[in-house]
Amino acid sequence: MKIPHPLLGLRDASEFVYLGDASMLQRPDPTAPTAPEKFHEYLHVRTNPAGTHRELWFHEYGDRSWLIVTRNTVTHDILNAELVTATGVRDAG
Amino acid sequence: MPINPNKLRPRQRFSALAIASKALARQPSWKPHWRDPEPKERYDVVIVGGGGHGLATAHYLAKEHGITNVAVLEKGWIGGGNVGRNTTIIRSNYLLAGNQPFYELSLKLWEGLEQDLNYNAMVSQRGVLNLFHNDPQRDAYVRRGNAMLLSGADAELLDMDGVRQFYPFLNFENARFPIQGGLLQRRGGSVRHDAVAWGYARAADTRGVDVIQNCEVTGFIQNGGRCEGVETSRGTIRADKVAVCVAGSSSRVMEKAGLQLPIESHVLQAFVSEGLKPVIPGVITYGAGHFYISQSDKGGLVFGGDIDGYNSYAQRGNLPVVEDVCEGGMALMSAIGRARLLRMWGGIMDMSMDGSPFIDKTGIDGLYFNGGWCYGGFKATPASGFCFAHLIAQDRPHPVATDYRLDRFVRGAPINEKGQAAQPNLH
Repeated sequence: MKIPHPLLGLRDASEFVYLGDASMLQRPDPTAPTAPEKFHEYLHVRTNPAGTHRELWFHEYGDRSWLIVTRNTVTHDILNAELVTATGVRDAG
Repeated sequence: MPINPNKLRPRQRFSALAIASKALARQPSWKPHWRDPEPKERYDVVIVGGGGHGLATAHYLAKEHGITNVAVLEKGWIGGGNVGRNTTIIRSNYLLAGNQPFYELSLKLWEGLEQDLNYNAMVSQRGVLNLFHNDPQRDAYVRRGNAMLLSGADAELLDMDGVRQFYPFLNFENARFPIQGGLLQRRGGSVRHDAVAWGYARAADTRGVDVIQNCEVTGFIQNGGRCEGVETSRGTIRADKVAVCVAGSSSRVMEKAGLQLPIESHVLQAFVSEGLKPVIPGVITYGAGHFYISQSDKGGLVFGGDIDGYNSYAQRGNLPVVEDVCEGGMALMSAIGRARLLRMWGGIMDMSMDGSPFIDKTGIDGLYFNGGWCYGGFKATPASGFCFAHLIAQDRPHPVATDYRLDRFVRGAPINEKGQAAQPNLH
Protein backbone atom coordinates (compact mmCIF):
# COMPACT_ATOMS: atom_id res chain seq x y z
CA MET A 1 0.00 0.00 0.00
CA LYS A 2 1.13 3.53 -0.75
CA ILE A 3 -0.32 6.48 1.10
CA PRO A 4 -0.69 9.82 -0.74
CA HIS A 5 0.79 12.13 1.87
CA PRO A 6 -0.62 15.64 1.30
CA LEU A 7 2.84 17.24 1.62
CA LEU A 8 5.26 14.47 0.60
CA GLY A 9 3.43 12.63 -2.17
CA LEU A 10 3.10 8.85 -2.41
CA ARG A 11 4.84 7.18 0.53
CA ASP A 12 5.10 3.47 1.26
CA ALA A 13 2.81 2.35 4.10
CA SER A 14 5.83 0.80 5.86
CA GLU A 15 6.97 4.35 6.75
CA PHE A 16 3.83 4.72 8.87
CA VAL A 17 2.55 3.35 12.15
CA TYR A 18 -1.14 2.46 12.28
CA LEU A 19 -3.30 3.49 15.22
CA GLY A 20 -6.90 2.76 14.22
CA ASP A 21 -10.34 4.28 13.71
CA ALA A 22 -10.23 8.07 13.28
CA SER A 23 -13.17 8.37 15.68
CA MET A 24 -10.47 8.22 18.38
CA LEU A 25 -9.84 11.90 17.69
CA GLN A 26 -13.15 12.66 19.40
CA ARG A 27 -12.48 12.11 23.08
CA PRO A 28 -15.59 12.12 25.28
CA ASP A 29 -16.15 14.83 27.85
CA PRO A 30 -14.46 13.54 31.04
CA THR A 31 -16.70 15.70 33.25
CA ALA A 32 -20.00 14.42 31.83
CA PRO A 33 -22.05 12.15 34.11
CA THR A 34 -21.95 9.44 31.43
CA ALA A 35 -18.15 9.65 31.11
CA PRO A 36 -17.38 6.05 32.29
CA GLU A 37 -19.66 4.50 29.63
CA LYS A 38 -18.54 6.95 26.96
CA PHE A 39 -14.86 6.29 27.67
CA HIS A 40 -15.49 2.54 27.58
CA GLU A 41 -17.03 2.89 24.13
CA TYR A 42 -14.28 5.27 23.03
CA LEU A 43 -11.52 2.91 24.14
CA HIS A 44 -12.93 -0.50 23.28
CA VAL A 45 -15.92 -0.56 20.91
CA ARG A 46 -15.33 -0.29 17.17
CA THR A 47 -17.63 -0.12 14.15
CA ASN A 48 -15.00 -2.21 12.29
CA PRO A 49 -16.57 -1.73 8.84
CA ALA A 50 -15.98 -3.94 5.81
CA GLY A 51 -15.60 -1.16 3.27
CA THR A 52 -14.69 2.49 3.65
CA HIS A 53 -12.81 3.20 6.88
CA ARG A 54 -11.37 6.51 8.17
CA GLU A 55 -8.26 5.73 10.16
CA LEU A 56 -5.20 7.30 11.80
CA TRP A 57 -1.69 6.70 10.45
CA PHE A 58 1.46 8.29 11.97
CA HIS A 59 4.33 9.07 9.59
CA GLU A 60 7.00 7.87 12.02
CA TYR A 61 9.77 7.38 9.46
CA GLY A 62 8.88 10.63 7.69
CA ASP A 63 7.69 14.01 8.85
CA ARG A 64 6.05 12.65 12.03
CA SER A 65 2.65 13.99 11.06
CA TRP A 66 -0.66 12.32 11.85
CA LEU A 67 -2.85 11.55 8.82
CA ILE A 68 -6.49 10.60 8.46
CA VAL A 69 -6.47 8.02 5.68
CA THR A 70 -9.72 6.92 4.03
CA ARG A 71 -9.22 3.33 2.90
CA ASN A 72 -11.35 0.44 1.73
CA THR A 73 -10.75 -2.46 4.14
CA VAL A 74 -11.96 -5.03 1.60
CA THR A 75 -9.77 -3.97 -1.34
CA HIS A 76 -7.00 -1.96 0.44
CA ASP A 77 -7.68 0.91 -2.02
CA ILE A 78 -6.69 4.22 -0.46
CA LEU A 79 -9.23 6.88 -1.34
CA ASN A 80 -7.89 9.92 0.51
CA ALA A 81 -5.26 11.12 2.98
CA GLU A 82 -5.28 14.39 4.88
CA LEU A 83 -3.30 15.92 7.72
CA VAL A 84 -5.13 15.77 11.04
CA THR A 85 -4.08 19.37 11.65
CA ALA A 86 -5.79 20.40 8.43
CA THR A 87 -9.14 18.81 9.32
CA GLY A 88 -9.77 21.06 12.32
CA VAL A 89 -10.82 18.04 14.41
CA ARG A 90 -10.34 18.68 18.09
CA ASP A 91 -11.37 16.88 21.23
CA ALA A 92 -15.07 17.21 21.88
CA GLY A 93 -14.24 17.70 25.56
CA MET B 1 -25.56 -41.94 -11.33
CA PRO B 2 -24.62 -39.41 -8.62
CA ILE B 3 -25.15 -40.43 -5.04
CA ASN B 4 -27.92 -38.55 -3.28
CA PRO B 5 -26.36 -37.90 0.11
CA ASN B 6 -29.75 -37.21 1.71
CA LYS B 7 -30.69 -40.84 1.37
CA LEU B 8 -27.60 -41.96 3.25
CA ARG B 9 -26.84 -41.80 6.92
CA PRO B 10 -23.08 -42.06 7.30
CA ARG B 11 -23.05 -44.62 10.07
CA GLN B 12 -19.97 -46.23 8.60
CA ARG B 13 -17.14 -46.45 11.08
CA PHE B 14 -13.53 -46.12 10.13
CA SER B 15 -11.25 -48.92 11.26
CA ALA B 16 -8.26 -50.77 9.88
CA LEU B 17 -10.56 -53.65 9.01
CA ALA B 18 -13.07 -51.44 7.19
CA ILE B 19 -10.33 -49.71 5.21
CA ALA B 20 -8.63 -52.98 4.27
CA SER B 21 -11.84 -54.74 3.25
CA LYS B 22 -13.08 -51.80 1.20
CA ALA B 23 -9.68 -51.49 -0.43
CA LEU B 24 -9.90 -55.14 -1.52
CA ALA B 25 -13.35 -54.41 -2.95
CA ARG B 26 -11.88 -51.40 -4.79
CA GLN B 27 -13.59 -48.81 -2.60
CA PRO B 28 -17.11 -48.82 -4.10
CA SER B 29 -19.08 -48.44 -0.90
CA TRP B 30 -17.72 -45.36 0.87
CA LYS B 31 -20.52 -42.92 1.50
CA PRO B 32 -20.46 -39.11 1.85
CA HIS B 33 -19.33 -38.10 5.32
CA TRP B 34 -22.39 -35.97 5.97
CA ARG B 35 -25.80 -35.35 4.43
CA ASP B 36 -26.73 -32.26 2.41
CA PRO B 37 -30.13 -31.49 3.99
CA GLU B 38 -32.64 -28.78 3.18
CA PRO B 39 -33.09 -26.41 6.11
CA LYS B 40 -36.14 -27.12 8.28
CA GLU B 41 -38.48 -24.34 9.40
CA ARG B 42 -37.33 -24.48 12.99
CA TYR B 43 -34.65 -25.94 15.23
CA ASP B 44 -33.87 -25.92 18.94
CA VAL B 45 -30.50 -24.33 18.20
CA VAL B 46 -29.18 -22.65 15.05
CA ILE B 47 -25.40 -22.19 14.89
CA VAL B 48 -24.28 -19.45 12.52
CA GLY B 49 -20.93 -20.38 11.00
CA GLY B 50 -19.77 -23.84 9.93
CA GLY B 51 -16.10 -23.43 10.75
CA GLY B 52 -14.21 -25.55 13.24
CA HIS B 53 -15.74 -23.80 16.25
CA GLY B 54 -19.33 -23.95 14.96
CA LEU B 55 -19.08 -27.63 14.02
CA ALA B 56 -17.41 -28.47 17.33
CA THR B 57 -20.21 -26.63 19.14
CA ALA B 58 -22.79 -28.72 17.27
CA HIS B 59 -20.93 -31.94 18.04
CA TYR B 60 -20.69 -31.24 21.78
CA LEU B 61 -24.30 -29.98 21.96
CA ALA B 62 -25.39 -33.34 20.59
CA LYS B 63 -22.91 -35.51 22.46
CA GLU B 64 -22.64 -33.82 25.86
CA HIS B 65 -26.08 -32.25 26.19
CA GLY B 66 -28.35 -34.43 24.03
CA ILE B 67 -29.50 -31.47 21.92
CA THR B 68 -29.67 -32.83 18.38
CA ASN B 69 -32.34 -30.69 16.72
CA VAL B 70 -29.56 -28.36 15.60
CA ALA B 71 -28.58 -26.71 12.32
CA VAL B 72 -25.14 -25.36 11.42
CA LEU B 73 -25.48 -22.66 8.75
CA GLU B 74 -22.41 -22.03 6.61
CA LYS B 75 -22.22 -19.26 4.01
CA GLY B 76 -19.61 -21.11 1.95
CA TRP B 77 -18.52 -24.72 2.26
CA ILE B 78 -17.25 -26.79 5.17
CA GLY B 79 -13.51 -26.29 5.61
CA GLY B 80 -13.40 -23.19 3.39
CA GLY B 81 -12.93 -20.57 6.12
CA ASN B 82 -10.29 -19.93 8.75
CA VAL B 83 -10.29 -23.59 9.83
CA GLY B 84 -8.54 -24.28 6.52
CA ARG B 85 -6.37 -21.14 6.53
CA ASN B 86 -4.32 -21.45 9.73
CA THR B 87 -0.91 -22.91 10.57
CA THR B 88 -2.39 -25.93 12.43
CA ILE B 89 -0.51 -25.56 15.75
CA ILE B 90 -1.95 -26.79 19.04
CA ARG B 91 -0.54 -25.88 22.48
CA SER B 92 -1.55 -24.82 25.98
CA ASN B 93 1.29 -22.50 26.99
CA TYR B 94 -0.59 -19.46 28.25
CA LEU B 95 0.10 -17.53 31.44
CA LEU B 96 -3.09 -16.06 32.87
CA ALA B 97 -5.66 -17.84 35.01
CA GLY B 98 -8.46 -16.69 32.68
CA ASN B 99 -6.82 -18.44 29.72
CA GLN B 100 -4.57 -21.35 30.65
CA PRO B 101 -7.15 -23.81 32.09
CA PHE B 102 -9.27 -23.28 28.98
CA TYR B 103 -6.40 -24.03 26.60
CA GLU B 104 -5.32 -27.04 28.68
CA LEU B 105 -8.88 -28.41 28.38
CA SER B 106 -8.55 -27.85 24.65
CA LEU B 107 -5.28 -29.78 24.48
CA LYS B 108 -6.81 -32.65 26.45
CA LEU B 109 -9.75 -32.72 24.01
CA TRP B 110 -7.28 -32.75 21.09
CA GLU B 111 -5.59 -35.77 22.68
CA GLY B 112 -8.86 -37.73 22.63
CA LEU B 113 -10.28 -36.18 19.47
CA GLU B 114 -9.66 -38.95 16.97
CA GLN B 115 -11.25 -41.62 19.18
CA ASP B 116 -14.15 -39.30 19.97
CA LEU B 117 -14.84 -38.51 16.31
CA ASN B 118 -13.70 -41.84 14.83
CA TYR B 119 -11.72 -39.76 12.38
CA ASN B 120 -8.03 -39.46 11.59
CA ALA B 121 -7.21 -35.79 12.21
CA MET B 122 -3.46 -36.52 12.27
CA VAL B 123 -3.05 -35.10 15.78
CA SER B 124 0.72 -35.04 16.16
CA GLN B 125 2.19 -34.09 19.55
CA ARG B 126 5.58 -33.19 18.21
CA GLY B 127 6.43 -30.50 20.77
CA VAL B 128 6.26 -26.71 20.76
CA LEU B 129 9.48 -24.89 21.68
CA ASN B 130 9.53 -21.17 22.54
CA LEU B 131 13.10 -19.85 22.38
CA PHE B 132 14.53 -17.20 24.69
CA HIS B 133 17.53 -15.02 24.04
CA ASN B 134 18.22 -13.10 27.26
CA ASP B 135 17.77 -13.32 31.03
CA PRO B 136 14.48 -11.40 31.36
CA GLN B 137 12.91 -13.61 28.69
CA ARG B 138 14.16 -16.67 30.55
CA ASP B 139 12.59 -15.40 33.76
CA ALA B 140 9.31 -14.76 31.94
CA TYR B 141 9.31 -18.30 30.53
CA VAL B 142 10.09 -19.81 33.94
CA ARG B 143 7.03 -17.98 35.26
CA ARG B 144 4.93 -19.09 32.30
CA GLY B 145 6.11 -22.69 32.65
CA ASN B 146 5.10 -22.67 36.31
CA ALA B 147 1.65 -21.31 35.38
CA MET B 148 1.34 -24.13 32.85
CA LEU B 149 2.33 -26.77 35.42
CA LEU B 150 -0.20 -25.36 37.90
CA SER B 151 -2.96 -25.83 35.33
CA GLY B 152 -2.01 -29.47 34.86
CA ALA B 153 -0.18 -28.91 31.58
CA ASP B 154 3.39 -30.00 30.88
CA ALA B 155 6.32 -27.62 30.56
CA GLU B 156 10.10 -28.03 30.49
CA LEU B 157 12.82 -25.43 30.52
CA LEU B 158 15.67 -26.28 28.16
CA ASP B 159 19.12 -24.72 28.30
CA MET B 160 21.16 -24.04 25.19
CA ASP B 161 22.46 -27.62 24.98
CA GLY B 162 18.94 -28.92 25.38
CA VAL B 163 17.79 -26.84 22.41
CA ARG B 164 20.86 -27.91 20.44
CA GLN B 165 19.91 -31.56 20.80
CA PHE B 166 16.58 -30.88 19.09
CA TYR B 167 17.69 -28.31 16.55
CA PRO B 168 21.46 -28.24 15.98
CA PHE B 169 21.10 -26.04 12.90
CA LEU B 170 19.66 -22.98 14.64
CA ASN B 171 21.75 -19.82 14.78
CA PHE B 172 23.00 -20.07 18.37
CA GLU B 173 25.88 -17.66 17.84
CA ASN B 174 23.86 -14.62 16.80
CA ALA B 175 25.81 -11.71 18.35
CA ARG B 176 22.76 -9.74 19.34
CA PHE B 177 20.18 -12.47 20.00
CA PRO B 178 22.04 -15.67 20.99
CA ILE B 179 19.73 -18.59 21.78
CA GLN B 180 20.03 -19.25 25.51
CA GLY B 181 17.34 -21.90 25.81
CA GLY B 182 13.65 -22.48 25.43
CA LEU B 183 10.37 -23.43 27.02
CA LEU B 184 9.23 -26.78 25.66
CA GLN B 185 5.73 -28.20 25.74
CA ARG B 186 6.06 -31.76 24.47
CA ARG B 187 2.28 -32.28 24.31
CA GLY B 188 1.88 -29.38 21.86
CA GLY B 189 2.13 -30.03 18.16
CA SER B 190 0.04 -29.84 15.03
CA VAL B 191 -3.17 -31.27 13.58
CA ARG B 192 -4.43 -31.62 10.03
CA HIS B 193 -6.83 -28.67 10.01
CA ASP B 194 -9.15 -29.76 7.18
CA ALA B 195 -9.71 -33.11 8.86
CA VAL B 196 -10.79 -31.28 12.01
CA ALA B 197 -13.62 -29.59 10.10
CA TRP B 198 -14.58 -32.78 8.29
CA GLY B 199 -14.39 -34.93 11.41
CA TYR B 200 -16.58 -32.61 13.49
CA ALA B 201 -19.08 -32.19 10.61
CA ARG B 202 -19.35 -35.96 10.19
CA ALA B 203 -19.66 -36.60 13.92
CA ALA B 204 -22.34 -33.93 14.37
CA ASP B 205 -24.26 -35.13 11.30
CA THR B 206 -24.19 -38.70 12.57
CA ARG B 207 -25.95 -37.54 15.74
CA GLY B 208 -28.66 -35.79 13.70
CA VAL B 209 -27.32 -32.24 13.29
CA ASP B 210 -28.14 -30.63 9.92
CA VAL B 211 -24.96 -29.19 8.36
CA ILE B 212 -26.27 -26.71 5.79
CA GLN B 213 -23.75 -25.25 3.35
CA ASN B 214 -24.22 -22.31 0.96
CA CYS B 215 -26.64 -20.73 3.42
CA GLU B 216 -25.81 -17.12 4.33
CA VAL B 217 -27.43 -15.49 7.35
CA THR B 218 -28.76 -12.10 6.27
CA GLY B 219 -30.53 -11.00 9.47
CA PHE B 220 -31.75 -11.92 12.94
CA ILE B 221 -35.44 -12.16 13.81
CA GLN B 222 -35.92 -10.17 17.02
CA ASN B 223 -39.10 -9.79 19.02
CA GLY B 224 -39.27 -7.87 22.29
CA GLY B 225 -35.59 -8.27 23.10
CA ARG B 226 -35.56 -11.95 22.10
CA CYS B 227 -33.86 -13.54 19.13
CA GLU B 228 -36.28 -16.03 17.57
CA GLY B 229 -34.40 -17.12 14.48
CA VAL B 230 -32.50 -15.97 11.42
CA GLU B 231 -33.22 -14.81 7.91
CA THR B 232 -31.03 -16.63 5.42
CA SER B 233 -30.37 -16.84 1.71
CA ARG B 234 -32.39 -20.08 1.88
CA GLY B 235 -35.38 -18.70 3.75
CA THR B 236 -36.43 -18.01 7.33
CA ILE B 237 -35.26 -20.44 10.00
CA ARG B 238 -36.75 -20.16 13.49
CA ALA B 239 -34.90 -21.31 16.58
CA ASP B 240 -35.14 -21.16 20.36
CA LYS B 241 -31.48 -20.24 20.50
CA VAL B 242 -29.14 -18.70 17.93
CA ALA B 243 -25.39 -19.08 18.43
CA VAL B 244 -22.97 -17.03 16.34
CA CYS B 245 -19.52 -18.49 15.70
CA VAL B 246 -18.00 -16.53 12.81
CA ALA B 247 -14.61 -15.24 13.99
CA GLY B 248 -13.09 -12.99 11.35
CA SER B 249 -16.53 -11.69 10.37
CA SER B 250 -17.98 -11.21 13.87
CA SER B 251 -18.48 -7.44 13.54
CA ARG B 252 -20.21 -7.83 10.18
CA VAL B 253 -22.62 -10.52 11.38
CA MET B 254 -23.38 -9.08 14.84
CA GLU B 255 -24.03 -5.69 13.26
CA LYS B 256 -27.13 -7.32 11.72
CA ALA B 257 -28.36 -7.86 15.28
CA GLY B 258 -27.58 -4.24 16.12
CA LEU B 259 -24.50 -5.00 18.24
CA GLN B 260 -21.06 -3.41 18.12
CA LEU B 261 -18.12 -5.39 19.48
CA PRO B 262 -14.72 -4.70 21.08
CA ILE B 263 -13.12 -6.21 17.98
CA GLU B 264 -11.17 -5.07 14.92
CA SER B 265 -10.66 -7.33 11.88
CA HIS B 266 -7.01 -7.74 10.86
CA VAL B 267 -5.19 -9.82 8.25
CA LEU B 268 -2.57 -12.42 9.22
CA GLN B 269 -0.36 -13.94 6.53
CA ALA B 270 1.00 -17.48 6.46
CA PHE B 271 3.57 -19.17 4.23
CA VAL B 272 4.44 -22.65 2.98
CA SER B 273 7.71 -23.62 1.28
CA GLU B 274 8.25 -26.34 -1.27
CA GLY B 275 8.29 -29.86 0.15
CA LEU B 276 11.57 -30.80 1.82
CA LYS B 277 12.93 -33.89 3.53
CA PRO B 278 12.27 -33.95 7.30
CA VAL B 279 14.29 -31.18 8.94
CA ILE B 280 12.11 -29.67 11.69
CA PRO B 281 10.54 -32.31 13.93
CA GLY B 282 8.44 -29.93 16.06
CA VAL B 283 7.25 -26.35 16.26
CA ILE B 284 9.76 -23.55 16.96
CA THR B 285 9.01 -19.95 17.87
CA TYR B 286 11.71 -17.29 17.68
CA GLY B 287 11.96 -15.10 20.76
CA ALA B 288 13.73 -12.06 19.32
CA GLY B 289 11.20 -11.36 16.59
CA HIS B 290 7.79 -12.68 15.71
CA PHE B 291 8.40 -15.87 13.72
CA TYR B 292 7.21 -19.44 14.13
CA ILE B 293 7.78 -22.51 12.00
CA SER B 294 6.92 -26.17 11.71
CA GLN B 295 7.07 -28.76 8.94
CA SER B 296 3.96 -30.37 7.54
CA ASP B 297 3.70 -34.10 6.96
CA LYS B 298 3.99 -33.37 3.23
CA GLY B 299 7.35 -31.69 3.90
CA GLY B 300 6.49 -28.03 3.41
CA LEU B 301 7.85 -25.57 5.96
CA VAL B 302 4.81 -23.80 7.41
CA PHE B 303 5.64 -20.44 8.95
CA GLY B 304 4.31 -17.03 9.86
CA GLY B 305 4.75 -14.00 12.06
CA ASP B 306 3.02 -10.71 12.81
CA ILE B 307 -0.37 -9.54 11.62
CA ASP B 308 -0.16 -6.76 9.04
CA GLY B 309 -1.46 -4.33 11.64
CA TYR B 310 -4.25 -2.38 9.90
CA ASN B 311 -7.98 -3.13 9.67
CA SER B 312 -8.61 -5.49 6.79
CA TYR B 313 -11.17 -7.91 5.39
CA ALA B 314 -9.06 -8.61 2.29
CA GLN B 315 -7.68 -12.14 3.00
CA ARG B 316 -4.37 -10.95 1.59
CA GLY B 317 -1.62 -8.84 3.07
CA ASN B 318 1.22 -6.60 1.98
CA LEU B 319 4.92 -7.08 1.33
CA PRO B 320 6.50 -5.27 4.33
CA VAL B 321 5.21 -8.00 6.65
CA VAL B 322 6.39 -10.71 4.24
CA GLU B 323 9.85 -9.18 4.49
CA ASP B 324 9.64 -8.96 8.29
CA VAL B 325 8.60 -12.61 8.63
CA CYS B 326 11.36 -13.79 6.30
CA GLU B 327 13.96 -11.72 8.19
CA GLY B 328 12.87 -13.49 11.38
CA GLY B 329 13.31 -16.83 9.64
CA MET B 330 16.76 -15.95 8.34
CA ALA B 331 17.87 -14.73 11.79
CA LEU B 332 16.76 -18.01 13.37
CA MET B 333 17.90 -20.50 10.72
CA SER B 334 19.64 -19.09 7.70
CA ALA B 335 19.18 -22.39 5.81
CA ILE B 336 15.58 -21.35 5.22
CA GLY B 337 16.89 -18.89 2.63
CA ARG B 338 17.54 -21.84 0.32
CA ALA B 339 13.93 -23.03 0.40
CA ARG B 340 11.58 -21.66 -2.21
CA LEU B 341 8.24 -20.27 -1.15
CA LEU B 342 5.41 -22.34 -2.58
CA ARG B 343 2.40 -20.33 -1.48
CA MET B 344 1.24 -17.65 0.92
CA TRP B 345 -2.16 -16.40 1.95
CA GLY B 346 -3.96 -14.16 4.40
CA GLY B 347 -6.74 -14.87 6.84
CA ILE B 348 -9.02 -12.44 8.64
CA MET B 349 -8.75 -12.36 12.43
CA ASP B 350 -11.14 -11.03 15.06
CA MET B 351 -8.56 -9.00 17.02
CA SER B 352 -10.04 -8.20 20.41
CA MET B 353 -9.00 -5.35 22.68
CA ASP B 354 -7.00 -7.56 25.06
CA GLY B 355 -5.99 -10.41 22.76
CA SER B 356 -8.41 -12.87 24.39
CA PRO B 357 -11.67 -14.34 23.07
CA PHE B 358 -15.37 -14.15 23.97
CA ILE B 359 -17.81 -16.97 24.75
CA ASP B 360 -20.83 -15.20 26.16
CA LYS B 361 -24.50 -14.34 26.02
CA THR B 362 -25.40 -11.05 24.37
CA GLY B 363 -27.84 -8.42 25.59
CA ILE B 364 -30.46 -10.13 23.41
CA ASP B 365 -32.18 -13.18 24.92
CA GLY B 366 -31.57 -16.34 22.93
CA LEU B 367 -28.55 -14.90 21.07
CA TYR B 368 -25.12 -16.27 21.99
CA PHE B 369 -21.74 -15.10 20.77
CA ASN B 370 -18.37 -16.82 20.27
CA GLY B 371 -15.52 -14.86 18.68
CA GLY B 372 -12.52 -12.61 19.19
CA TRP B 373 -10.05 -15.47 18.76
CA CYS B 374 -7.29 -13.21 17.42
CA TYR B 375 -4.74 -15.48 15.69
CA GLY B 376 -5.16 -18.32 18.21
CA GLY B 377 -8.46 -19.81 17.22
CA PHE B 378 -7.37 -23.13 15.74
CA LYS B 379 -5.82 -24.61 18.87
CA ALA B 380 -8.93 -23.55 20.81
CA THR B 381 -11.37 -25.35 18.49
CA PRO B 382 -12.36 -28.29 20.75
CA ALA B 383 -12.63 -26.31 23.99
CA SER B 384 -14.36 -23.44 22.23
CA GLY B 385 -17.05 -25.80 20.96
CA PHE B 386 -17.20 -27.63 24.30
CA CYS B 387 -17.62 -24.44 26.35
CA PHE B 388 -19.96 -22.75 23.86
CA ALA B 389 -22.19 -25.83 23.84
CA HIS B 390 -22.19 -25.74 27.65
CA LEU B 391 -23.23 -22.08 27.66
CA ILE B 392 -25.99 -22.63 25.08
CA ALA B 393 -27.38 -25.74 26.77
CA GLN B 394 -27.16 -24.60 30.40
CA ASP B 395 -27.23 -20.79 30.13
CA ARG B 396 -24.18 -20.47 32.34
CA PRO B 397 -20.53 -20.47 31.36
CA HIS B 398 -18.33 -23.53 31.61
CA PRO B 399 -15.96 -23.24 34.62
CA VAL B 400 -12.86 -22.75 32.42
CA ALA B 401 -14.53 -20.05 30.28
CA THR B 402 -16.05 -17.82 32.95
CA ASP B 403 -13.80 -14.85 32.15
CA TYR B 404 -14.53 -14.69 28.39
CA ARG B 405 -17.26 -12.11 28.87
CA LEU B 406 -18.19 -9.29 26.51
CA ASP B 407 -18.47 -6.81 29.39
CA ARG B 408 -15.01 -7.46 30.84
CA PHE B 409 -13.60 -4.15 29.58
CA VAL B 410 -16.27 -2.01 31.19
CA ARG B 411 -15.68 -3.97 34.42
CA GLY B 412 -11.93 -3.39 34.15
CA ALA B 413 -11.25 -7.14 33.94
CA PRO B 414 -9.43 -7.72 30.64
CA ILE B 415 -7.43 -10.92 30.06
CA ASN B 416 -4.29 -9.35 28.73
CA GLU B 417 -1.47 -11.87 28.11
CA LYS B 418 0.86 -9.29 26.59
CA GLY B 419 0.07 -6.40 28.91
CA GLN B 420 -0.57 -4.09 25.96
CA ALA B 421 -3.13 -1.33 25.85
CA ALA B 422 -6.55 -1.67 24.18
CA GLN B 423 -4.78 -1.65 20.82
CA PRO B 424 -5.71 -4.73 18.80
CA ASN B 425 -2.78 -4.60 16.37
CA LEU B 426 -0.31 -4.95 19.27
CA HIS B 427 -1.75 -8.21 20.63
